[in-house]
Amino acid sequence: MTTKNTKNTIPSRTVTALVNDKPGVLNRITSMLRRRGFNIQSLAVGHSEIEHLSRLTVVVEGGDDIVEKITKQLHKLIDIIKVNDISDDNIVSRELALIKVNSDTKTRSEIMQIVSIYRAKIVDVSSSSIIIEATGDDQKIKALQDLLSSFGIVEVMRTGLIAMNREKK
Amino acid sequence: MKLTGSEIVCEALIKEGVDTVFGLPGGAILPFYQTLSGYPQLRHILVRHEQGAVMAADGYARATGKVGVCISTSGPGATNMVTGLAVAMMDSVPIVAITGQVARPAIGTDAFQETDVTGVTLPVTKHNYLVMNAADLPRILKEAFFVARSGKPGPVLIDIPKDVQTELADFDYSIELDLPIQTPILKGKDSDIKKAIKMIEKAERPLILAGHGVILSQAYEELKEFSEKSQIPVVTTLLGLSAMKSNHVLNLGLPGMHGSAFANKAIDEADLIIAIGMRFDDRVTGNLKTFATKARIIHIDIDPSEIGKNILPEIAIVGDAGTVLRQLLPLSPKKTHPKWLQEIDQLRINHPLSYPETDRILPQFIVEEISRITKGQSIIVTGVGQHQMWAGQLYEFKDNNLFISSGGVGAMGFEVPAALGAQVGQPDKVVWTIAGDGGFQMTLTELATMVEANAPVKIALINNFSLGMVRQWQELFYEKDYFATLYTGNPDWVKLADAYGIKGIKVTEKDGVETAIEQAMNTPGPVLVDFQVDKEENVYPFIPPGGGVEQLIEYPDTKVV
Repeated sequence: MTTKNTKNTIPSRTVTALVNDKPGVLNRITSMLRRRGFNIQSLAVGHSEIEHLSRLTVVVEGGDDIVEKITKQLHKLIDIIKVNDISDDNIVSRELALIKVNSDTKTRSEIMQIVSIYRAKIVDVSSSSIIIEATGDDQKIKALQDLLSSFGIVEVMRTGLIAMNREKK
Repeated sequence: MKLTGSEIVCEALIKEGVDTVFGLPGGAILPFYQTLSGYPQLRHILVRHEQGAVMAADGYARATGKVGVCISTSGPGATNMVTGLAVAMMDSVPIVAITGQVARPAIGTDAFQETDVTGVTLPVTKHNYLVMNAADLPRILKEAFFVARSGKPGPVLIDIPKDVQTELADFDYSIELDLPIQTPILKGKDSDIKKAIKMIEKAERPLILAGHGVILSQAYEELKEFSEKSQIPVVTTLLGLSAMKSNHVLNLGLPGMHGSAFANKAIDEADLIIAIGMRFDDRVTGNLKTFATKARIIHIDIDPSEIGKNILPEIAIVGDAGTVLRQLLPLSPKKTHPKWLQEIDQLRINHPLSYPETDRILPQFIVEEISRITKGQSIIVTGVGQHQMWAGQLYEFKDNNLFISSGGVGAMGFEVPAALGAQVGQPDKVVWTIAGDGGFQMTLTELATMVEANAPVKIALINNFSLGMVRQWQELFYEKDYFATLYTGNPDWVKLADAYGIKGIKVTEKDGVETAIEQAMNTPGPVLVDFQVDKEENVYPFIPPGGGVEQLIEYPDTKVV
């Protein structure tokens, strides 16, 4: 997983899949990606609306040609029900980040202003630091992280992107 | 009535049409073996090493077109099968491997002979299962056989804990499978078929590149008719050998690293390549940038992930080789390409597969003699290396599906167990294994299995006292530093054969070659012929790895005596 603060220039594609919710399935998926030399930028898995099935969103490095190879290889895994490259679709994508930033009485209010502009939340405060919870797409999280970096970021934890197609209006 | 897990497996094997299994027992698979002994309709062939079991199942599957079945215990038994599974995975051979596992409560405790077998075999199987309930066994067995056979075939492994083998459950094999995306596309899209036909109509120098997919689909007649109707010459990959008879006028045989100059030059000159059931392996293409630069490409393959993996075709037809050929046949134009075929004939005359006339015993001569004496009707099983290439170049296959070899993985040691499996599957056919003294010594323990199984395999040991192909690379690319490739301690092969109770023949003179082959054919049971060949003979033509047709080295004149 890449956690660069600089602007990401590597092209990436977003793939979603409906998979069996069984032990070892995630291992099959990541093992295939590793074996074929594909690089994962982020991966998020959770229960779907269907019993015994999980949904996963994987963001992979590469262009159209790479993602086509990946979806074809994923299709061959027995535990995968459905695979979609949704990069070019009209999608909603979100990621949740927890960011711990250095903060004292002098900087606290400035940080709070930034947090409010970004519609993020402060979830913990101590004498020396603040934990911020932010939701958004990759760009928003990165922009917030950039702004906060001047205060000194102690730790960043991100869930990885999840994505869903919008219904046609 | 409830059955034990072991009984369920045996009943399922029978329902799947299995009559022969290859295996070697151990602690964690003993309950199953006790049950198996009560099923005489399942012939068990006891190997001497689990690699032998999986490779025999592989040879059996390739020779018969059926699913090969192999069995081992947990831990080392299962890990010994890994190389054979890798071979079957890469060469698309349907195998169901059954392994014992430690009892469920012991899993994850580093118990005696416990190995994470589903983890270890994940990349070398099409799918694998760890069975945690006997009740799941009917579905898993049915799925496993389906997955092994369907689409691009491959190996499937079922890991069964010892206590699941004795657990009671219902046996109902009429269950419907629920594998939504595993229904392979067999038929090509009509629009693509039409486009392909247009390209064939336009082409002036078309060429068919046929691979293992044609054999797996048993599309021999279709390939022949398609080639004849539009007069399109055919080259076949190593695993595509015998998809078309070698003596057919349109068959150019093997291309690639050790293919003939004329087959390679035909690829280079072609303006259309119709690739059928092949995957543009690097041993076929060499440098992708210089491969078939003048050709438009139609790629027919049952596995969509093969399309565009190495070569981006202009038209991709996802489908089964035979089905797609049957779609193409009625539409394909009746054509002749006199200029193109003349050019190819000229290439054949100017660049024949040659080797010198000499009194020394050359491996090429042995292959040609076996070919002549067996009338091109023998199943030929090879190991990996120089002898494999000579066999592929020079044996004249006069029937289909006669060549069995580890192509993709290139596993030495394949020759003996795979020949055993092929002979067990085809008891009425003559089976020759052309072996090298390197690979032969990796799995020769299965000679005992051949004796026990009454498998009269004839073994031509191309004995050059070295790892010949590696030695050849050292000669050409590593300053003739023959480090760790020369064998000085080979045993007396006739004595070894004698120890196994089989006929052994030593050949040290060229005159003895014909007699030895005939003697081997006329002797019942397995025969080991030790052909002490010229130690320095190299395989030509040779396109150095990563090279193109312009780097092709033909037989050096200096060596011609």
